[in-house]
Amino acid sequence: MTDLELRGVSRWYGNVVAVNDVTMTLGPGVTGLLGPNGAGKTTLLHMMAGFLAPSRGEVLLDGVATWRNPGIYRHLGLVNEREAVYGFLTGAEFVRASARLHGLPDPAAATRRAIELVEMADAQDRRMGTYSKGMRQRMRVAAALVHDPAVLLLDEPFNGMDPRQRMHMMQLLHRLGEQGRTVLFSSHILEEVEQVSGTVQVVVAGRLAASGDFRTIRRLMTHRPHVFAIRSSDDRRLATALMASESVAGVTLGKDGLTVHAGDYGTFTRALPRIALEQGVRVRALVPSDESLESVFSYLVSA
Amino acid sequence: MNLTIAWITLRGLLGRRRSLLLLPLPLILIGITAVGKAIGAQPDELAEDVLIGMGVAVLLPLVSLIVGTGVLGSEIDDGTVVHILTKPIPRSRIILAKLAVATLVSAVVSAVPMYVAAAVGGVADLGLALAAACAVGALAYSALFLALSVVTRRPVLLGLLYVIIWEGLLSNVVAGTRSVSVQHYVIAIAQKISGSDLIGTTISATVAAVMSVVITVAGTWLAVQRLRSFSVAGETS
Repeated sequence: MTDLELRGVSRWYGNVVAVNDVTMTLGPGVTGLLGPNGAGKTTLLHMMAGFLAPSRGEVLLDGVATWRNPGIYRHLGLVNEREAVYGFLTGAEFVRASARLHGLPDPAAATRRAIELVEMADAQDRRMGTYSKGMRQRMRVAAALVHDPAVLLLDEPFNGMDPRQRMHMMQLLHRLGEQGRTVLFSSHILEEVEQVSGTVQVVVAGRLAASGDFRTIRRLMTHRPHVFAIRSSDDRRLATALMASESVAGVTLGKDGLTVHAGDYGTFTRALPRIALEQGVRVRALVPSDESLESVFSYLVSA
Repeated sequence: MNLTIAWITLRGLLGRRRSLLLLPLPLILIGITAVGKAIGAQPDELAEDVLIGMGVAVLLPLVSLIVGTGVLGSEIDDGTVVHILTKPIPRSRIILAKLAVATLVSAVVSAVPMYVAAAVGGVADLGLALAAACAVGALAYSALFLALSVVTRRPVLLGLLYVIIWEGLLSNVVAGTRSVSVQHYVIAIAQKISGSDLIGTTISATVAAVMSVVITVAGTWLAVQRLRSFSVAGETS
């Protein structure tokens, strides 16, 4: 059971505020740290990992401050954004060195386990200087996981990976989250976050703009019209009837169905079955079309 | 002290192309001594102008600078230092491992050619004393340059300024500055060990020994303190 807790954390450089009064608690499972470039994601991660002092507030790992406290690394693994590695070491040497530095009882076994976890056994005896970006990234994850930490922090872990490696990394993060680890990864790419975790912490301009399940977040933003895609047995008839409903702000009739802008999520989803029934129209598909993280995100950024 | 860190540091140091810079200086020192001997230079000229003027004043500080900033400064530069810092290891042990590797490499690369050059020049006795004093100097310089690597982002530049401006110019003109000059500690210690009158400086061997310890301890302590508060990136500098 390991919690990472931020209490009123701010960080400024001179008179530039990079992180502004962020409070959050991260528990077991995968959390995505989402935000545009320059929003303060890396600054936040560095404070969590004990590589930066908060200007104000506290960053606590199980109640203990992470700054100036090397002991936290027994429970924490970090894969930072700079992909610097010791190019003169082989992958296995690199991970084994990490295992030794952690003082593990059986460094060889821990190394083997970590390298298998990231599926890098085939390339483990090559010098890291010869690795591709994605391979280097995976070896760095192996080194960060070698001591079986309860908390794993990754800064832009999917950078430079091909789609297959990306998929593999996502599955790995999933698995680590299911094992009860606290996994936090940052990204500015929405699809990544959406696929790996439902829980997001959205950071915009140094502030925590939203946190929680992103579908829930979307529903809470009632002042934004909700968009639904509907397919039915008689689109035109349904469109006419929907326009009469107060919960609907607009309807577009397209080739493959209707696009409905609804003012309120709950009112509309309750009204639709009634209207369809009255009109004798069979609804074949109802898809909330702007619940993708992308639309949630653009709402938050422009808000 | 941590053997894994020392091992990575040593491999990183010797694996870099920068380490090739360590080769020419010792060769030049031995070469010049041989030429000087061949054209009939006197032992006191060889000792004062070549062994001290080149060996102690140039070879030792430059080798120590290249090595001392290479063991930690370059890892901070390229970001690999994070791999070592994300481990539950007391920062003092990291610094001590770095200091041990830097001192060892600098001492070998400067003391061995120093002895060889002295032997070639026909003053082998002085050579042993100089080699031993160089080892002490390597320790003090390493601690100094290690501290610079953590204190500033431009350790090589500041180190060069110290060696050239402070030790090279000031301490040869203003005698008072010699008590804060590693170069003069090395001369004083070598003079004391050998008892030779071929070399000499104005500070006493006692002051030299005490100050060497002070610089080593202060540099190491400062490096540990700064590494404990090591911040990654973001800093506007």
